[in-house]
Amino acid sequence: MSIHKLSLYELHEKFTVGEVTATEIVRAYGLRIGQVESKVKAYITQAKDAAVAQAGALDASLKVWRKTLPMMGMPLAIKDNICTEGVLTTCASRMLGNFVPPYDATVIAKLRAQGYLLLGKTNLDEFAMGSSTENSAVGPSRNPWNLQCVPGGSSGGSAAAVAADECAAALGSDTGGSIRQPAAFCGVVGLKPTYGRVSRYGLIAFASSLDQIGPITKDVKDSAFLLGAIAGHDPLDSTSADVPVPDYLKALKRKDLKKLKVGVPVEYFSEGLDSEVEQVVRTAIQELKELGGEIKDIQLPRTGAAVAIYYVIATAEASSNLARYDGVKFGLRAKETKDLLDLYMKTRQEGFGPEVKRRIMLGTYVLSAGYYDAYYGKAQAVRTLIRQDFEAAFQDVDLIVTPVTPTPAFKFGAKGDDPLQMYLSDIFTISANLAGVPAIALPCGFSQDGLPIGLQLIGRPFEEETLLRAAYAYEQSTQWRAKKPVIR
Amino acid sequence: MIYEVVIGVEVHAQLRTKSKLFCGCGTVFGLTANSQTCPLCLGLPGTLPVLNQAAVEMAVRAGLALNCTIAANNLFARKNYFYPDLPKGYQISQYEAPICEHGWIEIVASEGKRRVRIRRAHLEEDAGKNVHVAGTNGSRVDLNRAGTPLLEIVTEPDLRSADEVVAYLKGLRDILIYQDVCDGDMEKGNFRCEPNLSLRPLGQKGFGTKVEMKNINSFKFVKDAIEYEIKRQTKVLSEGGKINQETRLWNLDRGETVVMRSKEEAHDYRYFPDPDLVPLKLNKEWIEGLKKALPESPSALRVRIMEEVGVSGYQATVLTSEKWMVEYFEATVVEAEKAGMMKVDIGRDIANWITGDLQGLLNKTSGSSGQTYVVDPSSDAQQARSMISLLMKQVPPGNLASLLVKKFRGEVSGPIVKSVLEEMLATGCTAAEIIEAKGLRQVSDEGALDKIIDEVLAKNPTQVAQFKEGKQQVLGFLVGQVMKASGGKANPGKVNELLKKKLGA
Repeated sequence: MSIHKLSLYELHEKFTVGEVTATEIVRAYGLRIGQVESKVKAYITQAKDAAVAQAGALDASLKVWRKTLPMMGMPLAIKDNICTEGVLTTCASRMLGNFVPPYDATVIAKLRAQGYLLLGKTNLDEFAMGSSTENSAVGPSRNPWNLQCVPGGSSGGSAAAVAADECAAALGSDTGGSIRQPAAFCGVVGLKPTYGRVSRYGLIAFASSLDQIGPITKDVKDSAFLLGAIAGHDPLDSTSADVPVPDYLKALKRKDLKKLKVGVPVEYFSEGLDSEVEQVVRTAIQELKELGGEIKDIQLPRTGAAVAIYYVIATAEASSNLARYDGVKFGLRAKETKDLLDLYMKTRQEGFGPEVKRRIMLGTYVLSAGYYDAYYGKAQAVRTLIRQDFEAAFQDVDLIVTPVTPTPAFKFGAKGDDPLQMYLSDIFTISANLAGVPAIALPCGFSQDGLPIGLQLIGRPFEEETLLRAAYAYEQSTQWRAKKPVIR
Repeated sequence: MIYEVVIGVEVHAQLRTKSKLFCGCGTVFGLTANSQTCPLCLGLPGTLPVLNQAAVEMAVRAGLALNCTIAANNLFARKNYFYPDLPKGYQISQYEAPICEHGWIEIVASEGKRRVRIRRAHLEEDAGKNVHVAGTNGSRVDLNRAGTPLLEIVTEPDLRSADEVVAYLKGLRDILIYQDVCDGDMEKGNFRCEPNLSLRPLGQKGFGTKVEMKNINSFKFVKDAIEYEIKRQTKVLSEGGKINQETRLWNLDRGETVVMRSKEEAHDYRYFPDPDLVPLKLNKEWIEGLKKALPESPSALRVRIMEEVGVSGYQATVLTSEKWMVEYFEATVVEAEKAGMMKVDIGRDIANWITGDLQGLLNKTSGSSGQTYVVDPSSDAQQARSMISLLMKQVPPGNLASLLVKKFRGEVSGPIVKSVLEEMLATGCTAAEIIEAKGLRQVSDEGALDKIIDEVLAKNPTQVAQFKEGKQQVLGFLVGQVMKASGGKANPGKVNELLKKKLGA
């Protein structure tokens, strides 16, 4: 038995009945990480020693807990913008290179209470701003399917770690596609829950009205399993929703799409979509039909405006969220500064990378006196229209199916010189964040070059069950998940 | 050219909540630096604000007492600027939808009673404090205060003189204290005022260029700063100069305002709705409920104690000038009622003692120079607080009531009351204990008085003769002598009666 090849749920079953111990799990993953991490570079910080100690304690504890605490002994990787008490949390930024949070994010507190094993903190684009991990201050992670290609971003480290079997599952965060796009690039499953489904407390904010934590997993069942462990209302997050958390695993019982109407938005199959990707996605849609889904063309007319308004709203919020990194209280402080202004300027100059600076400047500009109405005010108005597009569509259909990305994973440096090209790689994922609706990315085929291609399903708010049901039915009727990358 | 003075005022009133506006940290003043902080009010990444409902309720109560309309839908906004005492790099405030709008309070101006309109009052969090330690390099930051709830109350430009501003501020402060939403302590910065002032030629409709003033922490300085600024602006304008739109600091030592920052240096705060907080919706019935339960306003209270207890207008004004004083007064009246008195019989006397002799005794006991301490509460706030707590401890309302009831019933004479009260204040004993211990019970016993009276008459044959010749005024002198001889214990009424009898009047 190769422990690292098991899915999260399989591992949970084996751990529950005592077939594997936590110590064996940590050892197996330690070995696996040792084998491939130097190539994949998924982690910023590894927490092996603490995990070994934790595993020993778990193995010594009462066996009965294994049945009642689903995440007990489960080896997870956490995106490095989610606060872990006592463990370095850097956001892949020089600014937070020394930041050790004195508190857990709510999702971490939930996992910790169940006795999960933290394997380490994964790489990302600095402050989750980017689509390739090329904006990480510690250098990029690599796509396990082709080390010359980006793993996607911003949760590229988490997606790569899952794809490379360097963890059983991972948490990412998704502001405009940062879970789904890297999941698609790395051939794994990424779920962005409904805004408010999972607490944001302890997630280091990029754009507060868009950010959402979600699972990145080897398969759909794991996604349902891990979502159940982290979802729920949190009194510490005023924007978290007081909506009961269903048993997501139960949603997987029906392995078909019968009585589900699936919308195909014409705007998502237009210019800019790679023909190979289109072909693979259309085949997948055909499969959804064969599983009983009623396929129908729909319209999401404001799709074309999504990228533009996203880069107004997200940057505006970011410019304010990142103001606290001023060198006064924590994180980096520039040396040899002559006065307060100099301290601010040098600290922020040295601490932030170019993409973060670009977005702070853009966000500051769109909120400025005299420009607010033309940019931020307008963007909020259009955002409402985009939300209404989805509401209207969901009157007609239960699910929307689209590609995740216009192309498969691209090579390092391919879009580095042109931020706009990079921004456009999120074109199919951004709308779900603006509308606050849940969306899942799962593998649906491969390109000629052997790179994974993803399928995106978008659902109604708080109907993750429908997403998971359809995704699981598709996954079980296909064999894409059987193919594993050979890392070389 | 005659100029008209136009003044508006912003007040930051700290709400008296136990915890901060967006986290559970306490709001106690004067603790060790940064001991009252948590990851949220330190601005650590990943933390999220959760609104304190108690602060919302206090803001609504204040708004209702200020005759404001209360917004059903409230938004919180971020006010973005960099400063070391602002941990997040933005302050959570309200911009577009303040919780209270369109209110007014009444002030007494030179021409009589007048309304000062309140444009808005909104909730926001306070910043921390930069501390400059002498002899050390650089500054320190204390974030204990960061995140405490403030209500920023903004008037329309309705005020026309320094005296009106002070009248407005005193009225506002009274209302907030009466509503129990702010302690009004200017010294601790719990009630901060920032007037803005401009001049315009008399009769002109448009406003002149305004100057904002900061760093003013007492009513006296408000008056000084405004009067200085009126003179300064008048001089600039009459010499043909222009007023710069700027913020000026009141410099106490120099007695003048100095430029802090000009309009060009003013921040662009880039307000936008805080995405970490959901819009706050206030239920109409809930607001109505608060409205019904509002404590009495100082002006209503004044009228009531005049009507119910029969105190004079002057007494009512003095009593209601300080919340603790009128509360002490009312509690004493209640205690007197419990002892079987009618309010109207003893109310005036209680008011007299509280506003009169008790004040003097308090000043004497707490070692001050004898001036009345309510003139400027901010300047002697510390002293006032210690006096109030001394009074409550040593002479609780029940004890004052029983002393004055004894006086009413003739068990202790007027002149003795003051010395008993002084003793009560010093020792914390009850009136009964002191009267007993010192033998101060009023002497109404005819036998005992007879003896004293006879002695007095024997010592003053001239006056006795004068009285008998018809000089009635001499009786007063003789009563005084008897009182003196009795050590103040004699019942003056009885003495009067006995003297007349003996002199055959």
